[in-house]
Amino acid sequence: MSILIDETKRVLVQGITGREGMARTRLMKEYGTNVVAGCTPGRGGGDVEGIPVYDTVLEAWEEAGPLDVSVLYIPAPLVKSAALEAIDAGVKLLVIIPDRVPIYDVLVIIKAAKKAGARFVGPNTLGVLSPDKGVLGMIGGRAASARSWFFPGPVGVTSRSGGITSAMAYYLAQEGIGATTLVHVGGDAVVGLPHPEVVKLFEADPDTKAVVMFGEIGTSQEEQVADLMQAGEFTKPLIAFIGGKAAKSGTRFSHAGAIIEGGRGTHEGKVERLREVGAVVVDSFGDIPKATKEVLAKLGL
Amino acid sequence: MARLHEYQGKELLKSQKVPVPRGGMASTPEEARRLAEELGGEVMVKAQAWVTGRASMGGIRRAATPHEAESVAREMLGMTVKGFTVEQVLVEERLDIEREFYAGVIIDDRARAPVVIFSSAGGTGIEEIALEHLDKVARLEVDIEKGLRDYQARDLVRRTGVHGKLLRDLGGMVTSLYQVARRYEARTAEINPIVVTTDEKLYAADCRITVDDYAVFRHPELGIEIAREFDRPPTELERIAYQVEATDYRGTFYFIQMADDFSRGEGYIGFHGAGGGGSMMSMDALLSRNYKLATYVDTSGNPPASKVYRAARIVMSLPGIDGYFASGSGVASQEQFHSARGFVKAFMEDRLSVPAVIRLGGNMEEKAIEILKRAAPEIPAPLEAYGKDDTADFCAERLDALIKAGDIKELPAPSPRPEPKEPYTFESPTGTVIYDHAVCDTCESKVCVKTCVRQILQLEDGRPVLNISLEDAKRGRCIECLACEVECHFEGAGGGFVDLPTPGLEECREGLLKQ
Ligand code: SF4
Ligand code: SF4
Repeated sequence: MSILIDETKRVLVQGITGREGMARTRLMKEYGTNVVAGCTPGRGGGDVEGIPVYDTVLEAWEEAGPLDVSVLYIPAPLVKSAALEAIDAGVKLLVIIPDRVPIYDVLVIIKAAKKAGARFVGPNTLGVLSPDKGVLGMIGGRAASARSWFFPGPVGVTSRSGGITSAMAYYLAQEGIGATTLVHVGGDAVVGLPHPEVVKLFEADPDTKAVVMFGEIGTSQEEQVADLMQAGEFTKPLIAFIGGKAAKSGTRFSHAGAIIEGGRGTHEGKVERLREVGAVVVDSFGDIPKATKEVLAKLGL
Repeated sequence: MARLHEYQGKELLKSQKVPVPRGGMASTPEEARRLAEELGGEVMVKAQAWVTGRASMGGIRRAATPHEAESVAREMLGMTVKGFTVEQVLVEERLDIEREFYAGVIIDDRARAPVVIFSSAGGTGIEEIALEHLDKVARLEVDIEKGLRDYQARDLVRRTGVHGKLLRDLGGMVTSLYQVARRYEARTAEINPIVVTTDEKLYAADCRITVDDYAVFRHPELGIEIAREFDRPPTELERIAYQVEATDYRGTFYFIQMADDFSRGEGYIGFHGAGGGGSMMSMDALLSRNYKLATYVDTSGNPPASKVYRAARIVMSLPGIDGYFASGSGVASQEQFHSARGFVKAFMEDRLSVPAVIRLGGNMEEKAIEILKRAAPEIPAPLEAYGKDDTADFCAERLDALIKAGDIKELPAPSPRPEPKEPYTFESPTGTVIYDHAVCDTCESKVCVKTCVRQILQLEDGRPVLNISLEDAKRGRCIECLACEVECHFEGAGGGFVDLPTPGLEECREGLLKQ
């Protein structure tokens, strides 16, 4: 199995007629994603890559049938409205690709999603990819590269950096280790599905035997994963690397950050906390494949 | 995050009817004196700089007379606080402090909501107080839809042990602070301290607000020049780079100048990454070889070749760099040959004179590497290109070796681009495309038409012309992939050229060279 995306999910692309929307729709379709509809207000009636384009999400739903996922290629200032439109129409998973979405807009989307029982990946994400099943977003760039870089296997990959998502999965694949799903949670401070939410999904997926995580300084996502491990809510082996060791911590401008975080968010703090609860934290990025191999070997894989 | 000065924050608070001390801004000592005269009595003179701990650095001082205010302001104006030159001081009435409180609003990634914090002990040392006296600090998650209700704010204050009229007034101030934060989309907004004076009046005595960078475009009234958190004023190159980013939404271009005033031989590298995670590791690879960073550049999110070209030229404007290192995650999803063409155009035009190692791993990397390698013989400095199977560490090692070897080729000076005899031109989103049809007539390959990524060119009597309208090309159908210049240079007759000006760059370069 896989999480979030496979070949059966019915996918809508919002902003399908734009530069990125068009190019990535081709990637998704060629990789096997079941893209059934596109939406761009004012451009309804046409098609992109043979996929019908509708003016509104509701129209797409009525004409093309139920939609499981919407991938948004929408300019950042318009993302809030497009995301609310998809959530209101009943779409339960959104992938919000663009960068620079205002944070208060993200908070509004979070609230609306919560109410509707919907989830979203991003913003500022490269997307999600389940090898040989489907891709949401732009991981791999084009279907041919994605096919040659990734293959199915026992490891779940979750990353806060887009490029590193592909890089980790690629270097793992070079060592013969395949993946269930790769998730780029998004590069912003507040995202829809942060690491702790993603590892919960991997926990529930029987094919995922171990998780590889790329963390970064700032936010408390990695600490929350450690909390889940401690609470027994995430029980699979975790191999992690935390980037940003050399980054000098910026001069702090506000006290509120320090009060809220109370020491969380630092490189040391994250590494220590994860090791405390039994995660394998490697010091060098290049050690990930080897460490993962060892963990899998212990599992008899 | 874009920081606001204390006085700007206070203006916003005032607009929500939060009382702030009477006062005004002065940029000369004389103005400070005049303000002190108008205010009457003792005043505070406060340097406007974006840093914490101003008081301990002599940035907040009391003045008993207008004359003293003038001399204090004279000392402060022009002084540097953590890299900032103080250009303005705030002159305010001095408050007789009875008690201090703290109030803050922050977007908390764990709560995924704004959180309001109130402390019944404020002023300096608030962070320690928060850790040691949990009973004095209360926090509350705000429902983004409903906002902060006034009764919630009062109850927040009550939880820290405050009662009576004070509770009511402080509750009001907290509510207003939240409204300011929400309205101006602040990542953090703080009043520290909230002062209760001996005559029982409440004031927001100091205020720090950082606005969400991504929302700055919705708030032109704030006059934020560069929507980025700098712990110093932006450099000239940063201003230029920011304009490039602000006028071109395709992909991301982030530029920070990490060092100033350095020269060849000191080990400064122009660093150009792609994507945060990979950039961090690539920088580590340089730092661990004792190099220093002159720049931090990130071009990612599928930027057009034109953006990478401008980024590279901005980096090369620093005359003191010893090398150029471009390296991202190694397995990028963006089509890497776009970046390769951007680099090649920039390196050839500026005749790159320091070794460069370019690691463009990922989608279409073979083509990217080939484009770079093909250009190497025409560039004075050594240029090497690598892909995803070469680590950042290996590439840093290569750069180190090239710098130590110091082989710079003697190349004949390039002849200036001749005036086109029969120019055919059209505008691209950020520049102008020019084909000299007189040259095209001599060209056999017509490679421009074949390699134009968007296939918007066609041959008419053997000459390349647009097959779409001029408007469409300008509106973005021409994606400035630079194939019709770079491919033409190597495979064609050299009739294609894309002019991509970067406003302010040439002037800035002259200035930097003079230094
Ligand atoms: S390749 Fe260059 S010289 Fe040849 S036709 Fe195209 S623009 Fe003209
Ligand atoms: S005209 Fe075509 S080849 Fe030339 S820059 Fe534009 S898109 Fe690229």
